[in-house]
Amino acid sequence: MAKPDLNDSQRLSAESLALIDVEVAKYPVDQKQSAVMGALRIAQTECGWLKPELIEYVADYLEMPAIAAYEVATFYNMYDTQRPGRHKITLCTNLPCMLMGAGELGEYLKKKLEIGFGETTEDGRFTLKEGECMGACGDAPMCLHNNHVMHTHLTTEKVDELLETLK
Amino acid sequence: MSLLTPNSQVCSWTQALDNPGSLATYVANGGYQALRRVITEQMPGDTIIAELKTSALRGRGGAGFPTGLKWSFMPRAFPGDKYIVCNSDEGEPGTFKDRDILRYNPHQLIEGMAIAGYVLGARVGYNYIHGEIFDCYDIFERALSEAREAGYLGDNLFGTDFCFQLHAHLGYGAYICGEETALLESLEGKKGQPRFKPPFPASFGLYGKPTTINNTETLASVPWIMQHGGQAFLELGKPNNGGPKLFSVSGHVNKPGNYEVPLGTPFSELLEMAGGIRRGHKLKAVIPGGSSAPVLPGDIMMDCTMDFDSIAKAGSMLGSGAVIVMDETVCMVRALERLSYFYYEESCGQCTPCREGTGWMYRVIHRIEHGLGRPEDIELLNSVAGRIGGHTICALGDAAAMPVQSFLKHYGHEFEHHIEHKRCMDGTGH
Amino acid sequence: MATLNIEIDGRALQVESGDTIMDAANQVGITIPHFCYHKKLSIAANCRMCLVQVEKAPKPLPACATPVTDGMKVFTRSEYAVSAQKSVMEFLLINHPLDCPICDQGGECTLQDLAVGYGGSSSRYQEIKRVVVEKNLGPLIATDMTRCIHCSRCVRFGQEIAGVMELGMAGRGEHTEIMPFLANQVASELSGNVIDLCPVGALTSKPFRYKARTWELSRRHSISPHDSLGSNLEVHVKDNKVMRVLPRENEDVNECWLADRDRFSYEGLNTAERLTQPMIKQEGQWVEVTWQAALEFVADKLKAIPAEQIGALSTPYRPAEELFLLQKIMRGMGCGNVDHRLRQSDFSLDSKAHGGFWLGMPVTYMSRLNRMLVVGSNLRKDHPLMAHRIRESVRWYGELNLINAHDDEFLGKVHAKRIVAPSQLAATLAGVCVALAQLKELPVPDVAVRGIVDDIARKMAQSIAGGGQGSSGGEARAVFLGNMAQHHPTYSQIHMLAQEVARLAGASFGVLGEAANSVGAVAVGAIPGCGPLGQPAIKGLNAQQMLSQPLRAYLLLGVEAELDTHDPVSALNSINAAEFVVVMSPYKGKSLDYADVLLPIAPWTETSGTFVNTEGRVQSFSAVVKPLGETRPAWKVLRVLGNLLGLAGFDHNDSKDVLRDALGETPTGSVQAFLTNEISGVSVLPPQVIDGLERVAEVPIYQTDAVVRRSHALQMTLDAALPVARMHSRLIEKLGLQENGRVSVRQTASALTLKVQRDDLLPENCVRIPSGHPLTASLGPMFGPITAEAV
Repeated sequence: MAKPDLNDSQRLSAESLALIDVEVAKYPVDQKQSAVMGALRIAQTECGWLKPELIEYVADYLEMPAIAAYEVATFYNMYDTQRPGRHKITLCTNLPCMLMGAGELGEYLKKKLEIGFGETTEDGRFTLKEGECMGACGDAPMCLHNNHVMHTHLTTEKVDELLETLK
Repeated sequence: MSLLTPNSQVCSWTQALDNPGSLATYVANGGYQALRRVITEQMPGDTIIAELKTSALRGRGGAGFPTGLKWSFMPRAFPGDKYIVCNSDEGEPGTFKDRDILRYNPHQLIEGMAIAGYVLGARVGYNYIHGEIFDCYDIFERALSEAREAGYLGDNLFGTDFCFQLHAHLGYGAYICGEETALLESLEGKKGQPRFKPPFPASFGLYGKPTTINNTETLASVPWIMQHGGQAFLELGKPNNGGPKLFSVSGHVNKPGNYEVPLGTPFSELLEMAGGIRRGHKLKAVIPGGSSAPVLPGDIMMDCTMDFDSIAKAGSMLGSGAVIVMDETVCMVRALERLSYFYYEESCGQCTPCREGTGWMYRVIHRIEHGLGRPEDIELLNSVAGRIGGHTICALGDAAAMPVQSFLKHYGHEFEHHIEHKRCMDGTGH
Repeated sequence: MATLNIEIDGRALQVESGDTIMDAANQVGITIPHFCYHKKLSIAANCRMCLVQVEKAPKPLPACATPVTDGMKVFTRSEYAVSAQKSVMEFLLINHPLDCPICDQGGECTLQDLAVGYGGSSSRYQEIKRVVVEKNLGPLIATDMTRCIHCSRCVRFGQEIAGVMELGMAGRGEHTEIMPFLANQVASELSGNVIDLCPVGALTSKPFRYKARTWELSRRHSISPHDSLGSNLEVHVKDNKVMRVLPRENEDVNECWLADRDRFSYEGLNTAERLTQPMIKQEGQWVEVTWQAALEFVADKLKAIPAEQIGALSTPYRPAEELFLLQKIMRGMGCGNVDHRLRQSDFSLDSKAHGGFWLGMPVTYMSRLNRMLVVGSNLRKDHPLMAHRIRESVRWYGELNLINAHDDEFLGKVHAKRIVAPSQLAATLAGVCVALAQLKELPVPDVAVRGIVDDIARKMAQSIAGGGQGSSGGEARAVFLGNMAQHHPTYSQIHMLAQEVARLAGASFGVLGEAANSVGAVAVGAIPGCGPLGQPAIKGLNAQQMLSQPLRAYLLLGVEAELDTHDPVSALNSINAAEFVVVMSPYKGKSLDYADVLLPIAPWTETSGTFVNTEGRVQSFSAVVKPLGETRPAWKVLRVLGNLLGLAGFDHNDSKDVLRDALGETPTGSVQAFLTNEISGVSVLPPQVIDGLERVAEVPIYQTDAVVRRSHALQMTLDAALPVARMHSRLIEKLGLQENGRVSVRQTASALTLKVQRDDLLPENCVRIPSGHPLTASLGPMFGPITAEAV
């Protein structure tokens, strides 16, 4: 597969590439594609979102078709193929969280940030997303900040505190 | 508490200790002894499988399939690569038990997987972890490093020629990957779309190689069984339902959380352990086995014991042991609307009935909830659910259909009320 | 394989273990409705339309994916089964636009057809329907993605048949969409097959869009004239015009596929460039004349010129009957100056061959080879569907080894490859030959004595000769020579070496036929060395001899001299210098400049005829439309010309008579008996030495023949991009050129300025410039020295 010309802005840092290599090493040598989920996650963590050129870069790095990497990036909903705000707040609203007030919290967040689910504040600071079950229903309600940090037992006060810390 | 004490805390015993997830804590309390014995004594795989069969350990991921039997399907003598895969992709609404094993007792899972690798002839294992619990993935990766350094994973374990390597794979937001063949596709770096079976993973699994997939709690129970024997495990539960089980209790209870109790424990006792229904309210409904299990009215649940057979008899499923408790304030139309949205959102999209039908059901329920229901909608919903169920590659189609059918069965009057009056029944909803 | 007894719809039958219910039903002619299942693709089981009832199964099972078990009882039309099938149909239709009246698929749509049997008369779905954004897949495939039912056939086709995943299913659930990556066009040379595979109107033919309704079209059988496979065609005709071309299934030839070249070339049939009236050039002006006048004029002129001063040249894309009559005229006049190998440059095998060169095996064998060596071939572009068969072999763990002058993507796993300058092809092959001799502990063949063994030669030798020891010895091995090898100035050496490699390895040896009738042309004697089926006949000049120095007259059959020849510069010089040039062609083209007489002859759709494919399969076809204007089938033209020349034996009544005259009563048997790749007595030549740069040339896929060159849609594809000069980046640097800048290149004649394109997979001393293209016709021969300098 011919490697496309990639200018520097599309390349990943040496740190990210090293992390991707760790992922690649987990799988048999002829199964590099297995590392695509990890590689896309690492790329997104560094770049903020998965623009198409980045997906293509990762696909080339793993010697897989770009469209196959794009399939993965659009199938799993923690990947952002549209640019989100600096802080992506994903609020679980599924039944167990809903029973514990996630619906009301969602309304509170929408009102406070003046955006709906799936939208980004004008200043690009926050994106609000409605999430599905995060597997921590005992600590409901909860949200994820930028996919990797979970905040549990949310109340309006805790939401206020959290938003305050996210500049 | 330790792994050496035969009590009903099979998976959760470390939580009473300091540094519960650390290798030091685990080893100091009997951890990795079973693995060492199995490997250094070159215990025959058949012996271990027989022990599992005695224990009546049934899969803790939801289907309740006997673990010993599953292991016996694996072509252990097959000369090529084989894999053991752990399913920690816990995303069924209401379920959060595996998260605690990953956080507080990762080494017991590692030990269980290593024993499984030994029995099944797998030299490599993968643990597929739910994407949203990134902290647990981190913890588990650290536990893997500890285990590798201490010689519990890697080449020539305990000086034998048994080699076993284990890796963690993080999901990234797809409920369907909890389905075992979707999980395998995802591990291969593809969309998580379930495979048609047969062939089953035992003959054609990861990378087309024989593969056994078990739930986190199932695998974590194995060291305990090897330590104390299958019979001891069986006796902690009831016949055909061996051992204790982690129940994740969520919703309208005072103390939501995980409770590891023997299978067969009355629901009323479990409810009491979880602090009972929140103050001033009364039990209305329970989903006893994760969102895909049919809902049961509270009074029926109060007569049930928490085991596969009793819940099945009552018309639902024990599933993953996720108990969602709802009090009388819950509008069942609103509750079902949210669950239907979940299945609509999480349908992988390959099978026609599920791809098209889940969105249809959600839109109709959404309409009813928002005062635009029509009298014929209830019959329509039942019909659409019936046309999805049993017509898809994997169980997500059935999982989407069952809540609809059961909510309509037990709470049809609330839906009728919504359609007629364009609002919730008094005392429920908003 | 065990035999199982099962019952379907009450009919008892025996099936092989491993068969699915769908396989079993097909055996007894029971049709089970389906969308995603396709016999040539992997099983997806996702559409769910083929759900059937199986006794004792707790739920309906998909027939396509469920293996039969002994004693199984299947009900495909029970109430239970039909209810499941109707359920699926309801779901398929809820989001389908139901826009059949404006859909090209209407009338030949699986969804439409099955909805008649399984759909309701009204919809219970009252919500808003899904709308999907359109995709632009390029000039060949039109999309209406809202109609897509997500069967995934097009995606699987790319992955499994075309060898390249250009389409994927992005998104999830209801939002799943078929799409290319970003705005990529679909570029596979087999892409059009997704049009046939798509069971609905989501992917349709762009050139055919809104042109006709399926029920208005008559379907006529034909054979594709574009490559040596001879794909079987179903030509769809309306109002005496070819409206589209589809594959006619033939498992032994093209299976159910067509290359895009075969599918879309028909657009070149109805262009304004068609020649529709005989014309004579009088005092520099073209005058339309009657056939009678034109042919009498030709006959008179030819009679006045000594036969040995006349050269007859045809492209290998013309039917066998025409090629036969052309050589019969020449030999009737007393001269053997006839040839069709216009791109060949080494004819020294003519005296060494014992028959016609061919594939050396049936085409079907190419799908199940274990060990392969392909020398000098642009496989995918020259032989799109044979490349697919080789990919299939590779998918079944066959080992493919390549020796070539460029490293274009094969789209499959390559075991070992050697990319060398064209002048080194023979030496490289000699190295493999020596390595094989060493491996087998056999004497090194004379022809290979100068071969140098290196690691790759050894690896290839081990691969080609390997295996078989432990197994039952059933390894299928083959060595193939491609078009580049056949065009090569040392073809005889390469052929001899390949023969020896094959002999040492115990492999079959095949020559991948260059063109539609390469085998047929030799079989009917359209070569200077011998007559039909190798019979002794008057000898004459070969194509190179005829074109390297001017003859007084040329008879050109379908030839576009500037595009069809090895060295267009010397060919045009010679033709321009001739006193009399007759061009028989469906098109005017550049021949308006150099011809004295233009005779409009029929393209393959307007005449009957025969192509003999590379495996020696004799495939005759009839005209599918009437000739355009005054166009006539060339066999009739040549027959009349024979009469006018007063030659004996030109009394054929139809093209079948001509074929009988050429190949006897049993053409297939005669041809098969005539074919052999065996040669002997080739002397060893010192290796070619080219100081400086050398040219690598291939004929682009959509420049192979006159019809293809005029297909508008094909000329819009990426494969038809303007020629560039491809070079290694180190060469670009060395010459002081800029990537994407301009370079001036020169061979024997005038200089040509081209865009520079980097290709680090080329040998560093090579400049790759396609041949057969109008832009590069002024350059010179396909191989040999070339200079390049900054503009």
